[in-house]
Amino acid sequence: MNLIKHIGTYLLLMRQVLTKPDRWRIFFKRLVTELYAIGVDSFGIVAIISLFTGAVVAIQVAYNIDNPLLPKTLIGFSTRQMIVLEFAPTMVSLILAGKVGSAIASEIGTMRITEQIDALEIMGINPANFLILPKLVAAVLINPALIIFGMYIGIIGGYLVAAFTNLLTPADYIYGIQLDFENFTVFYALIKTAVFAVLIVSMAGFQGYIVKGGSIQVGKASTRTVVYSSVLIILFNLVLTQLLLT
Amino acid sequence: MIEAFNISKYFGDKQILNNISVQFEKGKNNLIIGQSGAGKTVLLKCLVGLYEVDEGHIDFDDRNFSSLSFKKRRSIRKELGMLFQGGALFDYYDVENNVMFPLNMFTDMTEEEKIHRVNEVLKRVNLENANKKFPGELSGGMIKRVAIARAIANNPKYLFCDEPNSGLDPKTSNLIDELIAEITVEYNMVTIVNSHDMNSVLKMGDHISFIHDGKLWWQGNKDTILVDENPELNAFVFATELTKRIKK
Repeated sequence: MNLIKHIGTYLLLMRQVLTKPDRWRIFFKRLVTELYAIGVDSFGIVAIISLFTGAVVAIQVAYNIDNPLLPKTLIGFSTRQMIVLEFAPTMVSLILAGKVGSAIASEIGTMRITEQIDALEIMGINPANFLILPKLVAAVLINPALIIFGMYIGIIGGYLVAAFTNLLTPADYIYGIQLDFENFTVFYALIKTAVFAVLIVSMAGFQGYIVKGGSIQVGKASTRTVVYSSVLIILFNLVLTQLLLT
Repeated sequence: MIEAFNISKYFGDKQILNNISVQFEKGKNNLIIGQSGAGKTVLLKCLVGLYEVDEGHIDFDDRNFSSLSFKKRRSIRKELGMLFQGGALFDYYDVENNVMFPLNMFTDMTEEEKIHRVNEVLKRVNLENANKKFPGELSGGMIKRVAIARAIANNPKYLFCDEPNSGLDPKTSNLIDELIAEITVEYNMVTIVNSHDMNSVLKMGDHISFIHDGKLWWQGNKDTILVDENPELNAFVFATELTKRIKK
């Protein structure tokens, strides 16, 4: 019963979020700020995670391909496929659920308990639209860029394995990552990323918006955001993979 | 004028406000007083529309606010300023942008006009040269003054203040009270102040509504409040050592 009530509250909040902004000029100003906060500030963490993930994937594939009949180029091929199809969109989105999701829930939750949201409402501004919509649009725009960046860095991580170990040669790796490349795999990753971005920001906005009480509740809302959005990402990953790849 | 007609409010089965009818006039400091838990904050939040009334209705200059949708209330809300207990300044904006916020949202002023207006109201609340400070860098009294500046920036017709003196020392409290009283006359606003500070009551109370147990128990002004024989009112007014001694 409680779950149905929460889903209903979430949908009603989203209806308020997805309305025309009161002032487009203010919306675009806030959008730029959010693009920076959500995107630019996340490039560092995405780079570190992608670089090491790419390197680890390449080593693990090399370790598992010990049949001399299998060409070494398969290591590059498998690394690219794994990073593009799964690691970049899903793993980076899970990291962003932790970094960006918790930050949004804390920000909006603190605004709620310090009556800043009430202040907006009294002024006649739709607070849900004013606060959440720019974050939602920013995440949908910038997260795919982050994921593309993560893909490149991940593949560079694999290349470093080829360059600094004797598991395969850089030439084999370069050949492998170009082998049988299908544009659709990137398109599939970007669709997943955009859906995950909506899940992360809407869940964070919702959890922050419904906070009642004090700082402990803000902390709990932040934790719930990470847990729920991570579970939703995993669930939607399965659904989208089934829909798009079969 | 703001008028409440027979308003009641329930939270679950518990009745918080019980059939309250009251008028708040223009150019006067209208105080709502009562002990903690009496229902005065709920009454204030009902008046500004943060809580919906369960019975009765509220009129702003003969416009039935309670029956309007969120969108239609917007025209009235543009005419409304509110000073929250904690100030409710936006953390991510500096003082200038906090005060400019209603001008950005509701006017077509040029950037120069907006900055001129911001400086004008900041000067009015004695906060010149604080434009670039963030809320985290301000004292309690300064936060209240910035909040007042933001509330009056767009020339409101109605000003609501929720315990404007809470957390302030007596001298700063006095300054805030004086400021609210002065701008009420200057802007000819309907000002409603929610307070349990007797100093504010005696200083500003042009019209006082005493809320007790969710009911409008007594109405009067700063002169009649000290001589009235109502036992519940007396228990509230003369609760402190200072007021007890004054009575003696």
